[in-house]
Amino acid sequence: MIRAQVLICGGTGCTSSGSHKLMESFETNLKKYELDQEVKIVQTGCFGLCALGPVVIVYPDGTFYSRVTEGDVEEIVSEHLLKGRIVERLEYKDVTDDLKNKADVSLNDTKFYRSQMRIALRNCGVINPEDINEYIAMDGYAALGKVLTEMKPEDVIQTLLDAGLRGRGGAGFPTGMKWKLARTLVNDGGPKYVCCNADEGDPGAFMDRSVLEGDPHAVLEAMAIAGYAIGSNQGFIYVRAEYPIAVKRLQIAIGQAKELGLLGKNIFNTGFDFDIDIRLGAGAFVCGEETALMTSIEGNRGEPRPRPPFPAAKGLFMRPTILNNVETYANIPQIILKGAQWFASIGTEKSKGTKVFALGGKINNTGLVEVPMGTTLRQIVEDIGGGIPNGKKFKAAQTGGPSGGCIPAEHFDVQIDYDNLMAIGSMMGSGGLIVMDEDNCMVDIAKFFLEFTVDESCGKCTPCRIGTRRMLEMLTKITEGKATLEDLDKLEALCYYIKDNSLCGLGQTAPNPVLSTLRYFRKEYEAHVVEKRCPAGVCKALLNYVIDPLKCKGCTLCARNCPVGAITGTVRNPHTIDTTKCIKCGACMDNCKFGAISKK
Amino acid sequence: MKSLAELQAIKDKMKDKVVLREGSAQKRVVVGMATCGIAAGARPVLNAFVEGVSKEGLSGEVAVTQTGCIGICQYEPVVEVFEAGKEKVTYVKMTAEKAQRVITDHLKGGKVVTEYTIAAYAK
Repeated sequence: MIRAQVLICGGTGCTSSGSHKLMESFETNLKKYELDQEVKIVQTGCFGLCALGPVVIVYPDGTFYSRVTEGDVEEIVSEHLLKGRIVERLEYKDVTDDLKNKADVSLNDTKFYRSQMRIALRNCGVINPEDINEYIAMDGYAALGKVLTEMKPEDVIQTLLDAGLRGRGGAGFPTGMKWKLARTLVNDGGPKYVCCNADEGDPGAFMDRSVLEGDPHAVLEAMAIAGYAIGSNQGFIYVRAEYPIAVKRLQIAIGQAKELGLLGKNIFNTGFDFDIDIRLGAGAFVCGEETALMTSIEGNRGEPRPRPPFPAAKGLFMRPTILNNVETYANIPQIILKGAQWFASIGTEKSKGTKVFALGGKINNTGLVEVPMGTTLRQIVEDIGGGIPNGKKFKAAQTGGPSGGCIPAEHFDVQIDYDNLMAIGSMMGSGGLIVMDEDNCMVDIAKFFLEFTVDESCGKCTPCRIGTRRMLEMLTKITEGKATLEDLDKLEALCYYIKDNSLCGLGQTAPNPVLSTLRYFRKEYEAHVVEKRCPAGVCKALLNYVIDPLKCKGCTLCARNCPVGAITGTVRNPHTIDTTKCIKCGACMDNCKFGAISKK
Repeated sequence: MKSLAELQAIKDKMKDKVVLREGSAQKRVVVGMATCGIAAGARPVLNAFVEGVSKEGLSGEVAVTQTGCIGICQYEPVVEVFEAGKEKVTYVKMTAEKAQRVITDHLKGGKVVTEYTIAAYAK
């Protein structure tokens, strides 16, 4: 009989910090202490707190161990699992003040989890994604059963419309509307297709990967529901080959679903057939755009094509097709089971439900969080994210990656939903949320995202191919202090031109990081242009390292560490830096023990 | 998969295995498993609780865990039952058979088995 379970995170984050070694070590130690018959090891998907990985949870106590190493395993087994004493030095206990004195802190008491609401991630970190039976135990495939036996396709679509579910890939198009169009526009008896966009390309976003790794069956179930709703018998998941764990778990999940007859012919004896195939993408950002994705599935070079015709009429193989994002699908079984009203009661007026954010950048709790729509940025960053390291000040957050924009400190209390973000010049995007503090230069950030889009532009249309390159050149000029104020105006005009004239979403949104930083941080741009100064001290060309003669003790450490011999001086006398030789590597500053060197 | 009943059967079969992770347990049965407890025979008691709770279908509401020595080694095996809002009940000198009665009378029936408690022995 199993009396305790050890859940070990097998997501990409924890795998790279060594969680598979922990599995082996737990197995050996449980055998050693003769507990292998009563304690079960379960490999799960992502728990969300990637910064503290590898993560291990012991049930029934719900004890949350963080940063577990192989050397800790024996202690957990011999102390906690054998004798029932919690290993407190490994326990994660970041709780709110009112729970400080509670003896046994469970996972849901921690600040990180307390304000979260998990719908799309509900099974991530709870079930073993490689065992379909565990998914079924958590109401899995019950929604598909309900849809096939009790509901008409029109009812399914109406439920989604009533729920107010909008696409989680970024644009926020109503999912029910998409399905309705695909069902009604063309009815010639020919094939229709259900596609899943798992080509998560935004730098810093990893929620789709985590859902696929932690709860792959939720996506399969939702795709089958979609197939029934629009009248399709074939689904395709387009996932990037750079997600090997996600691909492997999807393959296992599809195999198990077929074996149990939850995919394939005559599902639930209703005469409904549905199959799903995986297509691997090579990781081109443009293939996350719907028409480019479908072109790629067809076996062609991944390039977008003009719309209309829209995919709902002519999509994959020129047949009616719906394409939804992984996170969108993960919400659907729950909406079917709990009802449209339940879902519509969560969130704001026009954005219903929850949203998963991938927290990254200058934040303590790097990881995945799921919160109701309408949660403020402040709550996400300060309460759940644990604030900014080293007591630095919040400067801005970038949402939506290279297609989105920044939210400055003045909008820290804005309620995050599709429309509010749009109104302040950013966008939801897929949910990457990169936090920046006072040490980040906004021009440099804009340049970083532009470098990405220049690399990823497919080259089919001129505004995007050439326009983004020209923008990058202007930004480089600014960061090198060679630009004029006139260049700033030109840059802005070019942004609008590219937005208006590009063929697909990649080009249309590529200028967003520049436009939003120009809108909120124009002064910082002007400092680069007029004063030839980078206020955050990032842009190398505008920096000079100087030695404060009052603080310098003449220890010669800086001179010995300078790779280009730019520092001169005699022992016990203040040194000086020759700025014409200096390559601004910062080695002198890192090595100075007296804080005598600064950037200006 | 030919019917909803088939799906339900799998769900019922698996429920025991995942219910531990929901943290919904209202009652906690804690078995003393330090050296003194193990030497006095705590292991069969623990096993009896784990099996009995599952057999009676109480897995969702009762969590069985173990703890270290609480300092009354002469009374081992010691089993404590915690329930939210109620006073802790301490059973002493437990055996697998006694465990069975605690499961049916106390955990299921809600009636403390007074003659097994420390109060009855310490008199």
